Amino acid sequence: MSPTREVRIEQVAREDLVMFVNACFSCTGQREFYGDARGQTVSIEFLHQYILGNYRRLYRRTLAAGINHFNQAQILLNLLAAGSPVDAEDRREEGALIAAALRGLPTQRAFRVLESLRSRRINNRRARAVAREYVAGRSHLPFDAVKYRSKLRATAAHCHLKLPGETGPFLFHGWKKRVFVEPLLESFRQAHFSQGALYGLPFTVAEGLASRHGVPRDVFLQRIEPRLTQAERLRLQESAAREGGVEPPVDLARAPLTKLASYALSLDVETRRARRAELHAALERSAARVLARAPSALGRVAVVLDNSYSASGSSQKRRRPLAVALAAHYLLEGAAREFRAFWTSPVEEPLLATARGQSDLATPLLEALSWGADLVVIVSDGYDNDPPGAVAELTRVYRAKLDPARRTALVHVNPVFDAEEYSPRAFGLAVPTVGVRDAEDLPTVLGFARFAEGTATLRELEQYLAARVAPWLERDAGLRSRAAEEGEA
Amino acid sequence: MKDTRLIQKLEPRGLRLAPSQVWGRLRLVPVLRDVVRDDLRLSRRRYGEDLSVVTLEGALKGRGLAYVTYIPHGLVVDWSPRQADATYGTRLQAQDGKRTKAGPGSVRLLHRMVHREDKHQLRMLPLHLAMEGFLALHFGGPDIAWSEYSREALARGLSPRSEQAVPGWSEPLLDGALRTFELHERQVGLLLFNADELLSAFIVAHPDDYRLLHRTLLEDFYGELLLQFGFLTEAPPLGLSIDDARVANLEDLKAEVSRMRADWGDFHAFMAGGLFGVEVTSRKVYEAGPFLLQRFHTSLVPSEENHLGEAIVGPDGALEYLKTFRLSSAQTRRAYLLQQLAASDWALDEAAEVMRTTRDDLLVRLHNAGFGYLVKPNVLAEARRSMGRAR
Repeated sequence: MSPTREVRIEQVAREDLVMFVNACFSCTGQREFYGDARGQTVSIEFLHQYILGNYRRLYRRTLAAGINHFNQAQILLNLLAAGSPVDAEDRREEGALIAAALRGLPTQRAFRVLESLRSRRINNRRARAVAREYVAGRSHLPFDAVKYRSKLRATAAHCHLKLPGETGPFLFHGWKKRVFVEPLLESFRQAHFSQGALYGLPFTVAEGLASRHGVPRDVFLQRIEPRLTQAERLRLQESAAREGGVEPPVDLARAPLTKLASYALSLDVETRRARRAELHAALERSAARVLARAPSALGRVAVVLDNSYSASGSSQKRRRPLAVALAAHYLLEGAAREFRAFWTSPVEEPLLATARGQSDLATPLLEALSWGADLVVIVSDGYDNDPPGAVAELTRVYRAKLDPARRTALVHVNPVFDAEEYSPRAFGLAVPTVGVRDAEDLPTVLGFARFAEGTATLRELEQYLAARVAPWLERDAGLRSRAAEEGEA
Repeated sequence: MKDTRLIQKLEPRGLRLAPSQVWGRLRLVPVLRDVVRDDLRLSRRRYGEDLSVVTLEGALKGRGLAYVTYIPHGLVVDWSPRQADATYGTRLQAQDGKRTKAGPGSVRLLHRMVHREDKHQLRMLPLHLAMEGFLALHFGGPDIAWSEYSREALARGLSPRSEQAVPGWSEPLLDGALRTFELHERQVGLLLFNADELLSAFIVAHPDDYRLLHRTLLEDFYGELLLQFGFLTEAPPLGLSIDDARVANLEDLKAEVSRMRADWGDFHAFMAGGLFGVEVTSRKVYEAGPFLLQRFHTSLVPSEENHLGEAIVGPDGALEYLKTFRLSSAQTRRAYLLQQLAASDWALDEAAEVMRTTRDDLLVRLHNAGFGYLVKPNVLAEARRSMGRAR
């Protein structure tokens, strides 16, 4: 093979992988402002199959790269469907990655993966072993049996699992047949006949039964309140107020950053203004917590934030791009020595931002550049229309004429996946574009940006992915042993 | 004395064009207004009926001329000096016309195209006003009983005359384009291009009104060009670039970006040259305080781009409201023929001479344009025979 051809092959491989990892940061298969859900799913499925077929080792290592849950689940399913690799070392690594990734997923997503094994007709020895191990590792199986009833049942039946204790009879012999010793299972049985037992169940299970009993919504919400999880509390704020009930008290300090930003933006401007101090403090604390986990010290940082109308997202991802922008604001403010934010349409206060107006990114970007930042982060969906293509031109000329030595680093962070391009939409070649779903991933994503820029080699990318595998597996092992200790104690 | 506020030539004074936003083959160009006056406000009034009958003469249910079409919404114009928020919400429920059942559907009877409702308020039917004016062009038929014209033409003129238009929702792309369009802060209007042909212009006086009326563009009707260009795929992404050689520092870069923005405005103004800057013929419709409501049409010459529309002009001659409709070529041809006939008092020979053609050719063209019923059948048959021989 001639050397030029080899170089070209390597380049194609690198571009494919960068595109894939980038897509895995942002795509969730949901509707976006400019694209529909169907196009998203088709696009991302194709990418997965393509990478799995050509670069299997890198495909599984992507699991450790900090990509979003939707894509982790996709990778798990595709790997399980593809069967075990022949090489023993590969098999060991893949097995460890699959098990760790499944444990790391939120419970409902993990069970969804296991349930999908049945609908996709995957039933090889490894898939069964993975399911068995996952179910065996659950700390409180009766709870899962109540909350994820159909999914656990499907998994157990499909993979021939033996469930311990009363869980098996509960799922397979019908809960009406007998009285249970396990209190949760017994509550579930009783809740079908008496309203009183409802309030011993998890919220999502009780909700359906309550409506069958005709319990008024506000009464139900009030009495179930102690059983609510943090995420459920946050989610219920708006609807509880609408139904005339009392909003369940929520501990804002414990909410994750982007969710918190989403919640703040769902309030109307007057409420936000009134609760400004409280929300501001919560966001700052949440950002600090992210930075404590993944510390990154940055110098003089300017951030260009897009709050044009398209930041309002879609019916499935309401205000998501704007929430990511707001969260990025707090996160980078916490990480930077000096910090300034430039919005496309100026806001008096970041908390009061609304998605409105056209995307004029050129003006704030110019302001950011003339402020003299070391790092300029653009958070935008990649559409600029006033004037169109201005950012691409501006950054090209800036790189070529004003800053050829790259004193200022430019990064474009995009929370929106563009189905037609199989990647988040970019602003020309002068700015690397990386996808992101949660602002919490920003430290990871910024590390990945140098690959998106195209200056790093394939070898470096391979090393980057390989280097993330070991610590990730170690962290999983640590979490497991801690959980085991707690279980014993 | 001729009113100076009557438009001779459409000029977008005080208005700016911003860079366009493209969705498929639709290009939407925002129109911005820097100085906004607060005393002319528009709001929407919804009609839910399948059909509307607008009486142009006589009483609401009596005999007389009527305009029959589907009207999804009307506009309420308010020009009281201290108006503002009162219009929105409070008067929207005002009684407007009458609603009756007709078989499975419902019909709304409306009184006049423009209807004064209060001292400082009137209701109008947007675009239908202009369309009705177009349909009424030389509607009465020949004034002199030339022997060629049929009895029907002499007795009833062009009645009933009909034209077709395309409702906005029949083009799925338009919905996407309006949904994803990002409104500017000072935006008061929109130019709509399909495959880079100007289809319509919509301009109001106040940015807040435009924000509320933006989605009504989907319910409006457009020229056939909206559907005709279905096979053309995308409006080309026109890239303007920055010249490297002219940039030495950040200030230059800033200047170049604003030049880029200005270039876009000039470019769109050039593309909209078939509407802005050409001579129009306008007629006064209603005098609303200091404002003048009028309808207009462009030259109606078949070789040119032709629009008809309605406008409200302020006391200083500034364009406060505009809504236009692009005529299809068939519509233009019809209008042109009627215009030429009327100009020569419906004398066929004279008109043919003005149009530099033969009488027979003119008759065949009249027939092809759908006006065959104006002429006696034997005259038309004779003309077609002789044209056939000539060929």
